[in-house]
Order: sequence, then structure tokens, then C-alpha cells
Amino acid sequence: MAFIEKNLPYILAGISVGGQYALIAIGYTMVYGILRLINFAHGDLFMAAGFMMVYLSATLPLYIAIPLVIILTVILGFLIERVAYKPLRKAPRMSVMISAIGVSYFIQNSAWYITSGLAKQYPTIPVISNSINVWGSTTTVVTVITPILTIILVAALVALIRYTKIGMAMRAVSRDFETSQLMGIRINTVISYTFVIGSFLAAVGSLLYFTNYTTVTPTAGSMPGLKAFVAAVFGGIGSIPGAVLGAFIIGICENIIKGLGWTTFYDAFTFALLIIILIAKPSGLFGEKSTDKV
Amino acid sequence: MEHLNNKQKILITAALIIGLFILLLVLEQFLPSSSMLFVVLKKGAIYALVVVSMNLLNGFTGLFSLGQAGFMLIGAYTYAIFTIPVEARPMVYQYFNGGIVKFTLPVIPAIILAGIVTAIFAYLIGLPVLRLKSDYLAIATLGFAEIIRAFFQWDKLGPITNGSNLLKLYPVFHSVIFPFTVAGICIAIIVLLINSSYGRAFKAIRDDEIAAEAMGINLAHHKQISFTISSFFAGIGGALLAMFQTTVQASAFRATMTYEILLIVVIGGIGSVTGSCLASFLFIACSEWWLRFLDNTTYIGSFKVPLLATGFRKVFFAVVIMIIVLFYNRGIMGTNEFSLDALIEFFRKRFSKRRKEDSAT
Amino acid sequence: MKKALAVSLILSLLIMVFAGCSTPGGKSDNVIKIGVYEPASGDNGAGGKQETLGIEFANKVVDTIELDGKTYKIELEIVDNESSNDKGPSAAATLVSKKVSVVIGSYGSSVSIAASDVFKQAGIPVIGASCTNPQVTLGNTHYFRICYLDPFQGTVLANFAVDKFGAKKAYILTKLGDDYSVGLGNYFKEAFTKLGGSVVEESFAEGNSDFIAYLTTAVNNDVDVIFAPTSTEAASLIISQAISQGIDIPLLAGDTWDSSVILDAAKGSQQEIFVSTFFDEGDDSALGSKFVTDFKAWLNANPDKLNNNGGNDIVAAVSALGYDAYMTALEAIKAAGSPDPKKINEALWNVKYTGVTGDIAFDENGDAIRNVAFIKQANTADATWKFEAIQSVK
Repeated sequence: MAFIEKNLPYILAGISVGGQYALIAIGYTMVYGILRLINFAHGDLFMAAGFMMVYLSATLPLYIAIPLVIILTVILGFLIERVAYKPLRKAPRMSVMISAIGVSYFIQNSAWYITSGLAKQYPTIPVISNSINVWGSTTTVVTVITPILTIILVAALVALIRYTKIGMAMRAVSRDFETSQLMGIRINTVISYTFVIGSFLAAVGSLLYFTNYTTVTPTAGSMPGLKAFVAAVFGGIGSIPGAVLGAFIIGICENIIKGLGWTTFYDAFTFALLIIILIAKPSGLFGEKSTDKV
Repeated sequence: MEHLNNKQKILITAALIIGLFILLLVLEQFLPSSSMLFVVLKKGAIYALVVVSMNLLNGFTGLFSLGQAGFMLIGAYTYAIFTIPVEARPMVYQYFNGGIVKFTLPVIPAIILAGIVTAIFAYLIGLPVLRLKSDYLAIATLGFAEIIRAFFQWDKLGPITNGSNLLKLYPVFHSVIFPFTVAGICIAIIVLLINSSYGRAFKAIRDDEIAAEAMGINLAHHKQISFTISSFFAGIGGALLAMFQTTVQASAFRATMTYEILLIVVIGGIGSVTGSCLASFLFIACSEWWLRFLDNTTYIGSFKVPLLATGFRKVFFAVVIMIIVLFYNRGIMGTNEFSLDALIEFFRKRFSKRRKEDSAT
Repeated sequence: MKKALAVSLILSLLIMVFAGCSTPGGKSDNVIKIGVYEPASGDNGAGGKQETLGIEFANKVVDTIELDGKTYKIELEIVDNESSNDKGPSAAATLVSKKVSVVIGSYGSSVSIAASDVFKQAGIPVIGASCTNPQVTLGNTHYFRICYLDPFQGTVLANFAVDKFGAKKAYILTKLGDDYSVGLGNYFKEAFTKLGGSVVEESFAEGNSDFIAYLTTAVNNDVDVIFAPTSTEAASLIISQAISQGIDIPLLAGDTWDSSVILDAAKGSQQEIFVSTFFDEGDDSALGSKFVTDFKAWLNANPDKLNNNGGNDIVAAVSALGYDAYMTALEAIKAAGSPDPKKINEALWNVKYTGVTGDIAFDENGDAIRNVAFIKQANTADATWKFEAIQSVK
């Protein structure tokens, strides 16, 4: 019992951060599934949502600020796709990826400019910021809520993809880009929907993440972003349950590694995991067999 | 005289290079050494080398690697570790009893060693990673760069790497000539390589892997060569950067650095050596010097110029880069090289036109 | 078309290079420039801004100097070193190219060390206001500092931990690659183990925001105090997570934590936070209290300055140090009798000055001779600092 009491905080922290990675990872995996593009700007979108919250909540009450942040993030995600990726639809994959890196550079630098490079304190959201007691260890409510909310959202998303028309279109496009176009699927609409869903989840993830780690900086999105991407690859890119599982595994392992005292290596561990999975099983845990990865 | 023959071309090129060096010497004599021009020239030359080496990989071989910062880190550390004078070691390695490396190498061998060590690391990393394609290769190399960074910050390696602390007090250069010479030689070697049969094989791989393989090019072998050589020069670039900065620390070699180098490659033109060099100098000059005023709140009379504040320079930069990526994706030079022929052709057209007009009158 | 573009770009590059050469900052005869090498962004941005405020205020108070019967105006050249070791040297080079006579800075020891050589090569003396790592001044003759050093500060804090809490075991959390953090952690460890205590050490990397695992390790090791000499950015994360995890171990830190960022993060909680610092707002000496009242008045009169101070008028110790560094620089210029950096450098060795943070005189390393530190506790009820003790080394 004492052992559990001692180590529970690591696991709790791991599950909660894993859930937050999962919400970001879905954005990566869906975009990759359809466009075959690593959307490097996705992590920065997550950071931008954090800053929007900081500035909006300074003047607006929270019940207006929170929906507004989500809407603005979705709009930003939509615009990024329209401005930076759509013109390059016919260009080689490398160009689109460079464009994604450019967008990431742009968002980070803009955030740096607006905040003059200083960290900002994230507003306290009542209820979920409070402390509660879980089996003898104190933690925040958000830690407990995150995995539950993540699973609800993922279930909703899976239902959406399985049972709605747009979901069917998404599946078709991710299976075969050109043929689905010939079948009369409006490809740009589908892609926009993908970005809207991804951005929505990133905004929710950002709310949860920054409630736990209350400082927002211009580079706050890059590490969680990369880790979420690794989670997506680990779970098998294109697969939503895979991304979620991968994210939880990475979140928990990271905290166990910190708990073991290997604090220099917790970031490196994530990437080591990535390289191992890429070499051993490039299709990830749940990915479909595909030949264009290796 | 239709075209210049090879001998003339070499002579003119040599003359231009000598001219450049004389110009640099003269500038150093007559300008105060504090001028920002020298900062830009030094850093520009180093970046030119690093950018060209990345271009060799991304532009000429079509391998989209994002490990550049990691390789520069290895080079910078190797150089610093082996050149810190023995008497200065207790001060640098203050938490590690002076470290375990108890000898010092001269500067030039240390720079070459920096390249070699980096190349060895790259070779080992390349074995598994180069089997991956395009974006998977990118993310895996990026991951390796992060792993390298964590490794060099590891406390247990402290006696060699000084943990996460600064390395300093190693020999540095003061004159612009040094980085220009080293970077110049390295870039020249890269150009020779690109024009050799290896270079043609690289380009064949870039344009169509399957076709290249069908023509009998050993893909794995050539990719490995390109990766290792590119990293060799990235390592040397890292060593030069360490000399330029006078101190070196692993935490500076983040993914952002790789992105910046990649964006310079794009500005210069993916697949153009001269474009890369040009873009490096332009980028460094803008970011360190010409555009610094964008960061300062400025008043014209009592009118406050809008938008200017800390960080505006970077936003401006990011916008320019996005415009280049989206609308001028060939960059300054595309895949062309800046050549004497083209220049002479350019002027001859003007002249011959005038001559015709002269003879007509 | 493309070719023409390329050629015109090259030409414009060349023209700009030469245009750049021919504009050596038109230095008028009666202006002396003092460089301010401080972070305004990044990890240490908040503290750097407060130090800069102290310097700006000092420049407001005294902005002319008389040398040989001629009045010189003193101008500040402020650059932002972005709290980054790789951006610092080029910011320093900008100052050198602006031909400053003497430089003040920087908040954060790492950037100070990183840029030291740039100033050394240019022969420009630097006065560090709050960089406490010994390596800043060690082994060179151009870097001076007016604050105390980390071996002293580490010992003071270790003594305090033992005196106040009877601490036997301490948890030390430092940031990788930050000389200030690693150095101070190390000196604390040395002093603390000498007093018979034991320590658990861990470090975190740049960009880490999850401190729950670290704090859990501290709790699991049953430590009596947590010593976390970090930047304010990491500090606010550590504090808020310690609060949410209900950790009731006192937090101890060095001078960086003497900032309103800490007070904001700890407001309304039960967390015990102690910091050592250079100056206390409640200072009742004539000089000190005059500085505090005047500085507050100046802040409140300038909204954007107040904003730079974190939106309140709490006087940070680094502002006082910035003020003193500026005044020390003036003393040195006066003693040198010229704006020549070399002469100022020589004169600095013999400068004696009584500032708001105490008497300043330099020893053979260029360090100010200091023997007291102030310990303050965060008053979490109303977000102010509470004076705890004046501590010195026995």
C-alpha cells in the first residue's frame, strides 16, 4: 500500500498528461491520414490557444472566454490549412512540410512578439483547478477529468467517422485521395473538416494542459506537439485509437522515467521509442500495412 | 570568343577568390574591428558551410533530414573538448575535477577531428534511419538530434562533456579570414563532389529512386555516403560556430536551429550551392544587423512608429519566409548556380547591343 | 526574370554592405554611451526588465556628467540578449559596434559568461549587477560585479535551512545548462553536507513544464526543504504544482525568486517560500528608503514602466542593483576622467561607492566585497515580501 501511495502521483501525472497528448495526437493522425503531411504547426496551434485564453480571460468572463477560445482556435486551424497548405496541394511532399515548418516558425515568432517573449500565467478555471484527494495523494481535479473527457471525445469522434457522411468521406479520402475525388467527394471540404476537428481537440487539450501546467510560453507547444506526433506514429498513423493509446503510453512512461531519477532522458526516451517503432514496426501498433513508409 | 574555355574559367575563378580575400584583408585593416560587418561575415561564412552541407543532403540527394543541429553539436563539442588548454581545464570542468581529457590538440587537427567524429556518429545513425522515407526520415533524424542533445547533457558523461555546463576558453579566431578559408575549402570540396560521378548519382536518386536503382546505383550505399559526408561538414561547421561564439553549450542546439538552417536552404534555392551561400549571408546580415531596428521602439519626431517592438524582426522574417515558401518556392537561385558564363552572357548582351547601335551610326 | 532578380539581389547586398561600412555611428562629442546588456525576453525576461528599470531610473536621476569642465550627456544603449547563450554574443557585438564606454549586465550568469569574450576583445569593461556565478569574473580583468557570489549565497541558504528548520535532508532541483542554477545548487550542496545534511539532486531540461514527478520524488525521499534555484518561469510552475499537490515542504531559492512572479504564483496558498536577496524594500537607511519612494513614484508615473515591473510597484532587489551598477559606472567614468573604455576599466578597480544596496568596493577578482544577504518570506495572504532575517556566513 505504501508503495502505491508513493508512486501513484507519477502514474496520475502520466495519465493526465497522456490524455492531453492524446487530444493533440488525434489532430496529427487525422491530418496525416488524409494529406500525408506532418503538420508541424499543430503544436503551435495548441500554444496559441493557450495565449488566447490568457488574453481573453483578462477581459471576459470565463463562460464566454472558453467557447470563444475554442472557436478562434478552430478558425486559426482552418486558416492555416487554407493559406499555407492548400496552395501546395500539387507540390511535392517536402514543400508542404517546409511550409508547415514555416507556419510553426511564424506562429512562434508572433507569439514571441505579442508577449515580448515573457511567460504568461494561465487563468485559474474554477472547479477543475481545485485539489482533490485520490487514494491518499493530492492532485488537481483536471488530472482525473482529463482521461475521462479524452475517452468521451474519442468515442464521439469515432462515431462521427463511422456513421456520418463526412466521416465516410474522410475514410474514403484517407484510403485513396485521387479516386475519392473522382467519386465526387469535395476534397477541400473534407480536409477543412479534418483541420477543424483537429483544432477543436487541440483547443480542449490546451485548456486541460495549461490548467495543470500554468505557464504559457511561445515555445510551450513544440515539445508536447512533437510528443503527440510520436504518439500518433507509435499507435499507427491514421488510426485514432492507436494515437490515443500511444499518447497514454508515452505520458505514463515519461513520468515513470522521471520517477526513476533519469531526468535528463525523459524527452530522449520518447524519440528513442519513435525510432525503435519506425525500424521494428513502421505501421505502428494499429496502423494498416502500407508500403510508402519504408 | 564564344565561351570561356575551362582553363580561363579556372583562372578567373581563382582571381575572383584571391580578390575576395584581398578585399577582406583590406576591410579588416581599415574598418574598426567592432563593426557589425565582421560579425555578419564571420557568422555568414559559417552558416554558408552548414547550409550547403544540408543542401547536399536535402537538395542534391533528396533526403529530407532534420538532424543538422545535432550534428553541429557533436562537431562543436568535439572541437571544444580537445582544444581547451590543459591549464584551463580545472576552471572549465569545475564540477568534474578538471575532466578526464588531459591533452590538447592543435586547432586544425581538432577541426578535422570534429568532422570525423560527427561523420562516425552519422554513419551509425544512418544505418537504421536511412531506410525510412521522406517525412519519416525527417522525424527520425529530428528525434536523433534530440537524443544526442540529451546525451551530451548527461551528468555521468560530465568528465568529458562537462555535463550541461558551458565549455569555454578554447582557442578562437579573431580574423574574418579564418572562417572564410575553412568554409571556402569545405564548400569547394562539396562542389567537387557534386560534380563528380557520385554527385550525379545523388541527383539521380533525388529525381527518381526507382530509375536510379534500375541504372545500377546502389541506393543504400549512396544515401549513406551523402548522409555521412554532409554530417562531416556539419560537424566542421559546428566547430567553427563554437569558435565564433567563444562558448558552447548543448542546450543551444535545438530543433529551432535546424528549422532556421532549412529555411535558409529554401530561401537560397533547394539544390543550389551559390544560392545557399548567398542566402546565408543575407539571412545573417538581416537578422543580426540590418533589421535590428525593427526591434526598437522608434520615434520620428513625436510620432511613434507603430508595430516596432521586441520580436517584430522575427515576425517580419517569418512572413518573408512564408511568402518565399508559398510563392517563390524556387528561392533566389532555384537549382541554378551563379556562374561566370551566365554573368558574362548577361553583360555581353548589353555590350553587343550597344556595339551594334554604334556601328549603325 | 529570375536571373535579373538574383543579380539585383546580389547588387543590393553589396551596396548594403558598403553602406553599412560608411555609417560608423556619428558619435557626437559630448555624449557618453552606457550599454545595457539585459534580457527582455525569454526565461529571465521578467527579471532582466526589472534590472533595466533600475538602470533607466538611475539614468533619469543623473543623466549628465562633468569631465574636465565639459558636460557630457549620458545615453543608454539597451539590447535584449533573449536570455539565450547563443543570441547573447551577437547582442553584445551590437553594443560594441555602437561604441559604448562601459556595459552593465546581465541578469543571469550564463549569458554574462557567454558574452564576456566579446567585450574582452573590444576592451570594454562590464559591471554585472546581479550575476552571481563566480565564473563571470574569474580569470579576467574586464568583468566586475556589485552583488555577492553564489558560494556565499549557497552557504547562507544552507545555514538558514539548518537554523530555521533544523533540516537534515534537502532536495535540490536545478536546470540543465544554466550556470546560475547548477552552480548555486552545487554550492548549497557543499555547504549543506558540511553541516551534516544529505541531499537528493535532480535536474530538468529547458522547456519542461511538468514538475509533479520531481516534487513526488522529493516527498518520497522525506526531505525537509526543497531548494530550487531556477528562473522565475520555472519557479511559477514549480510553485503552482507544489500547491496543487498539497506539498507542505518549505521551498527555498536564491535571488532570482525575489520577484513578483513568485508572489503571484503563491498567492492565496499555504506554501512556505523563502528567498535570499540583495536588498529589502523595507530598508530603513536614508539612502535605501529614498530610493524606494522615488523609484515607486517614477514607476507609478509611467504606466509602461509599471507594466515592465510586472504591473505592481514592488521594488525588486535587482532594480536596486541596476541603479547601483549605473552609479558605480558613473563613479568610474568620473575617476577615469574620460569616456575611454580602457581608462574606465583601470579606474574601476579603485572605485568606492556607497549605494542603496550597501558599500561597494572591488576585490582582486573584480567582485564586490559583500558579507550579508537578506532572507525574505513570501506573504501568501497579500502577495508581498516579509522580511525574515539578515544572514551572513559564520
